[in-house]
Amino acid sequence: MSSRIEILNDGGFRSDGRLPSELRSLAFDLSPQAGADGSAMVSHGLTQVLVSVFGPREAKSRAQTMHNRAALNVEVSVAPFSTSDRRRRGRGDKRVQEIVAMIKSTFEPVVQTALYPRSQIDIFVHVLQQDGGVLQASINATTLALTAAGVPLLDLVCAITAGVHSTSPDSPLLDLTTLEENDCPSVTVAVMPRSGKLTLVSLETRVHVDVFKGILEVVGEAGKVLSLEMKRAVLARTKMLKDAMGAGLRTAEFAEDAGGDE
Amino acid sequence: MRPPSPSIPEKEFLVASLAQNLRIDGRSLLEMRPTRVLAHVDAKMVRPPPERPYEGIITVHSEISPMASSLYEPGRPSEEEVALSRMLDKVLRRSDTVDKEALCVLAGQRVWHLRLTIHCLADAGNLQDCACIAGIAALKHFRRPEVEVVGDEIIVHPPTSRAPVPLAMHHTPLNLTFAFFPDASTTSSSSSNAPVDTTSLDGPVPSSTSPAPQMLLDPSPLEATLASSTLALALNSQRELCVVHKAGGMPLSPADVLRAVNVATDRVRELVSRIDRDISTDWNSRGVEVQ
Repeated sequence: MSSRIEILNDGGFRSDGRLPSELRSLAFDLSPQAGADGSAMVSHGLTQVLVSVFGPREAKSRAQTMHNRAALNVEVSVAPFSTSDRRRRGRGDKRVQEIVAMIKSTFEPVVQTALYPRSQIDIFVHVLQQDGGVLQASINATTLALTAAGVPLLDLVCAITAGVHSTSPDSPLLDLTTLEENDCPSVTVAVMPRSGKLTLVSLETRVHVDVFKGILEVVGEAGKVLSLEMKRAVLARTKMLKDAMGAGLRTAEFAEDAGGDE
Repeated sequence: MRPPSPSIPEKEFLVASLAQNLRIDGRSLLEMRPTRVLAHVDAKMVRPPPERPYEGIITVHSEISPMASSLYEPGRPSEEEVALSRMLDKVLRRSDTVDKEALCVLAGQRVWHLRLTIHCLADAGNLQDCACIAGIAALKHFRRPEVEVVGDEIIVHPPTSRAPVPLAMHHTPLNLTFAFFPDASTTSSSSSNAPVDTTSLDGPVPSSTSPAPQMLLDPSPLEATLASSTLALALNSQRELCVVHKAGGMPLSPADVLRAVNVATDRVRELVSRIDRDISTDWNSRGVEVQ
């Protein structure tokens, strides 16, 4: 079925009307969950991921306690209604385990765990909707949730998926949908935008070396764009919090003034 | 039980020798050394699953027994074992090495089921690469009995009457693991969280100034534990990448990744030609008679 849909048509547009290097609409919602220390909901088009972060808090079990740094505990749950074929994926699912391992190893060198010895940071990832790029959305949401929780990070990690269609190996496609993921080889890369270095590179399909070089270049640029958007979201939330604190101060002053008049 | 971490003098000695471009087992930085792995393929005929009636089935089983190294214990699969089986699955099965449609005997009725079993005999470091080479060599070496379909009847010719046929293979991807060490001349800090200027998110770009990390091929167990990051590449002799896996550890610049890819393309070509040569010598030594 998917072979009938043109991934890239003659006019250079993709099946959903985007240009090759165009990202899907991005939405960042910081702290949608009041109970968590930090949480973030990230949507890349129709892919939606909610991450809540608890901690740094005391490690639950002795076995997990590390005397010199905090342990990262990542759990991923994929909602059964997130894909068109309704299917329950438990925690034992191989693909889920792989996402857990990748998120964990991406963030271990980025979170400054050495500041919190004998504690743990829990990261709970909920995949609510899937339309390609689940790993990228999970990583971006985790970055924002950790930021919202006030956990010190070396950089805002931005993940992005890129693929190449056989008809145009020179123009890599960014931010693939499920349809495109099934038809093109794809690479997921996590960039640290300040240094331009990569913390995660994951490729699972056959790609020529020269094409891979092209993808890496484009992905670096995309990471910078993403990081600007993420920074904007974080700044907006911080500003909102600051204003809210200011509002509290003003009421206090008002109450004080009122008290003084009596 | 967690394996004991290397002692401080052990670590310092390794780092100090790397600073002089020396490896403690006498190899050069980009030289390989084999670990021992036994790979074995067998085939049987099964009914295909209804969703893929035209494709044969390949399963990869890997096992690290305590025989390989004292670090491994029997029982639940360890983290290394899970990582190994995942990598082998990607390299040998998902990269379409073997033409699965050529394994179909009678559509929807009978297909070949190949079972590749990998036993790790001795782990002298870098089990993944060795297991992958073994798996590929086993698949290349394997011959299945010839079958004939007459109407709905399947005749399997025993090897004595007709020569067995090799598998149809698209390409031969091989896995190569690189270990990266931060350039010893500049970094003295040992923690993985190297202090970085975090005063401003818009700070200067450090990548242009920091020197390229030192890159080793085929790390020994000690090198693998001490390395600040590892990068696993699987590619074939046509310069096509099949798997790139780098998760965690020290962040690498795209240039470092590409440097590793360039080294790997040459190494893979050498390895593939060596595997081909060894298999053809073996095949010639068997003296198959064609009647």
